[in-house]
Amino acid sequence: MTEQGKLLTSTQAVGIVGYGAYVPRYRLPASEVARVWTEGTAGLPIVEKSVPGQDEDVATMSVEAARNAMKRAGIDPKDLRAVWIGSESHPYAVKPTSTIVAEAIGAVPNTQAADWEFACKAGTEAMVAAMGLVGSGMARYAMAIGMDTAQGRPGDALEYTAGAGGAAFVIGGADESLAVIEATYSYVTDTPDFWRREGQKYPEHGHRFTGEPAYFHHITSAAEAVMQATDTKPEDYQYAVFHQPNTKFPQRAGQMLGFKPEQIETGLLVPMIGNTYSGAAIIGLTAILDVAQPGDRILLTSFGSGAGSDSMVLRVTEQLAERRDRATKTREYIDRRTQIDYAQYVRMRGKLTMK
Amino acid sequence: MDIPRHWRLKKQRYALVGEVCGHCEAKVFPPRDICPECGEEAKTLYQFSGKGEVYSYTTVYEAPAGFEESAPYTIAMVKLAEGPLVTAQLTDLETREVKVGMPVEMVTRKLRNATDERGMLVYGYKFRPVVG
Amino acid sequence: MHEVIIAGIGQTEVGEHWDISLRELAFYALEAARNDAGGLRPQALYVGNMLSAALSHQSHLATLLADFAGLQGIEAITVEAAGASGGAALRQGYLAVASGAVDVALVLGVEKMSEQTVFNVEAAAATGLDVDYEAEHGLTLTAQAALLMQRYLHEFSPTAGAFAGFPVTAHANGAGNKYAMFQKAIKPETYLRAGFVSEPLNMFDVAPNADGAAALVLTRPDLLPADFGHVPVRIIGSAVATDTLALHDRPDPLVFHAARLSIERACAQAGIKPEDVNLFELYDAFSVYAALTLEAAGLAGRGEGWKWAENGALSLQGKLPISTMGGLKARGNPGGATGVYQALEATQQLRGQAGPNQIPEASLALVQCLGGPASTAVSHVLTNRPAA
Repeated sequence: MTEQGKLLTSTQAVGIVGYGAYVPRYRLPASEVARVWTEGTAGLPIVEKSVPGQDEDVATMSVEAARNAMKRAGIDPKDLRAVWIGSESHPYAVKPTSTIVAEAIGAVPNTQAADWEFACKAGTEAMVAAMGLVGSGMARYAMAIGMDTAQGRPGDALEYTAGAGGAAFVIGGADESLAVIEATYSYVTDTPDFWRREGQKYPEHGHRFTGEPAYFHHITSAAEAVMQATDTKPEDYQYAVFHQPNTKFPQRAGQMLGFKPEQIETGLLVPMIGNTYSGAAIIGLTAILDVAQPGDRILLTSFGSGAGSDSMVLRVTEQLAERRDRATKTREYIDRRTQIDYAQYVRMRGKLTMK
Repeated sequence: MDIPRHWRLKKQRYALVGEVCGHCEAKVFPPRDICPECGEEAKTLYQFSGKGEVYSYTTVYEAPAGFEESAPYTIAMVKLAEGPLVTAQLTDLETREVKVGMPVEMVTRKLRNATDERGMLVYGYKFRPVVG
Repeated sequence: MHEVIIAGIGQTEVGEHWDISLRELAFYALEAARNDAGGLRPQALYVGNMLSAALSHQSHLATLLADFAGLQGIEAITVEAAGASGGAALRQGYLAVASGAVDVALVLGVEKMSEQTVFNVEAAAATGLDVDYEAEHGLTLTAQAALLMQRYLHEFSPTAGAFAGFPVTAHANGAGNKYAMFQKAIKPETYLRAGFVSEPLNMFDVAPNADGAAALVLTRPDLLPADFGHVPVRIIGSAVATDTLALHDRPDPLVFHAARLSIERACAQAGIKPEDVNLFELYDAFSVYAALTLEAAGLAGRGEGWKWAENGALSLQGKLPISTMGGLKARGNPGGATGVYQALEATQQLRGQAGPNQIPEASLALVQCLGGPASTAVSHVLTNRPAA
């Protein structure tokens, strides 16, 4: 098989017509988790993580990101033929988040609506599906969202980083896109590095097994394959963004692939908002789109435990400049912060036992 | 469970969909089918911008049954940019002091924190200080 | 229309009656009123109640209460208009007797608040707001009054503690009413030191919910017993008016439009002006309601109702005594019974039975109760003056 033959290729060129991010306003410093659980001795994987307000969940956060994406796209919501949301913290186990979001943005009733799940790559999974729907000609526009309010068991390594946030994208034809998606590749294997069984509140993970055989293997395999297929090298990219479960992993993945820190830093949001799971790689992309220039090439590579990576090559068009100011920028959400302590966090996240 | 009631109100709740009077152009929220300005029929749906300012506000510390987990919460009358007043909670306030006249914008949030883990979730409009 | 006389009055103490049930509470007031009236046989019972279904899980209330009082067979219906339920029941009794359809009517107000926690009572009372667009957003009656007061302060900038005079007056008067929930006067400093319930509303701006029952016997003058021992008190004005249910639907939330309409109509029927009355039993569930009511009555200009609360103008010796037996604030606010208590207390004044709180030579009283922020307003004018 040729390298190009491995790509997911649509019959019509597609891209991002509108994008929007959302980050809740509360922040829990990692030092607070360390204070409570290790008397402050633990190393800190990030500075602080975002925490949703008590009245927020993946549905409400997706609504806001979707509204931002629609403002930038400037299209009629009735022209959306899909509203797809990837998350591992959907508010209902059974009942779609996507119908709530579709209703709120005025996309009902002539639309597909579904929730996607693939650990942290459910967001890019929805994006790729949306590309297929638009690229085949079945739809003019499709909305893809990756959003999470992830939780780690109190005291677990995940509790330091499990944040809240994500992004929404309106996928449409390349000619009306602010960033064209030039190539897409997906790489999956059955690798149980992290999971949450049905009915369980908190996930389990394989500790160091989540690293080499899971995160690094899939990220680098996918990114290398898409670069080979497109005959591009790290120096051809202004920006690269990888799934960001902590500060070190994406930095090291970038290094392994030959990217320099300055190509990574714009999309590296995990130190300030934590790991937003399905939203992690793609909210990094929104931060890049907030500042990128026409012609800039961006490499986006997600990772979902279980395990797999979607890798995309994007190129920014002239249309970005006039659209990005139509909605709140990712950095504005990050700068809007209210610090909370562990006790407030415990109350806000429903960890207080009331019965 | 109140399922039908919440379901019927979803357009108003999720997105501030009200009405516009075809006779005098008055914007109406909540929808009431009879224009409060001119008394004529007003049934054309109208999507409000969600922008407004605080008309009055207070904080509830001892919440009524069903809102215990939300307390304390701030509730306000918001003067929408299109004219009507609406009653709603203010959210994402934290340390920010509320003032009459403060600009706010609509967000869609959970209207109450589900004490019943088995029940349906009710989403609706709240307002917050303008972001960005 | 026939003349309508308040021939009998009866009440229970207002407070927390842990050991008395809803039906017993009603029965005590009914018995007292019937005894006071001297043996008139009632043909109809009109019950004002706002929350028995929610708080006591009892609907079909009037029939139960007629039954429990040994009055099986008579006409009996419950009237609900939130906080104005008692006044609305009086209105129904008045219409029945005035029309000639009923010779003797019992009007009862009864509420049993203590069955539930304050959180459940607040939630139940909030069902009297616009449930879809107010209560579902976490609004309560108390929070709504705080919104009114906040806006009032913003628009009119009254002096600090401007509303203190309302609860100070009410508590001073409650001290002379053995049926009142609070029988102790408070000082203005106490008001200023009180903790906030919902800022800017402090605990003295809010009347306490309570249990209580009050009853009236209404009849025509020609049917009074020959040995009737009281000064006959006539109802010479009666009116109900409504406004938007939701406060946010009003063009100006700081205008109690229905309160004005019902006073105008009742006074027009009585051929008087609000400033003619010797006492005004107004609905001081929240002190801002009292200020807005004085403005609605035309007794104060817009934004100036609070000025009445200064310098004792509203005290028993003042220019316009209000809440003469303690009002909602000190007597207590037994929900749907409140409107009947108000009419009963005005009757005490006009009969000369108000004890230490007696207003000398009181002959004309205005009584008003409100459902919500004057979403319903019921006004009555009572007098002891003989018919012309």
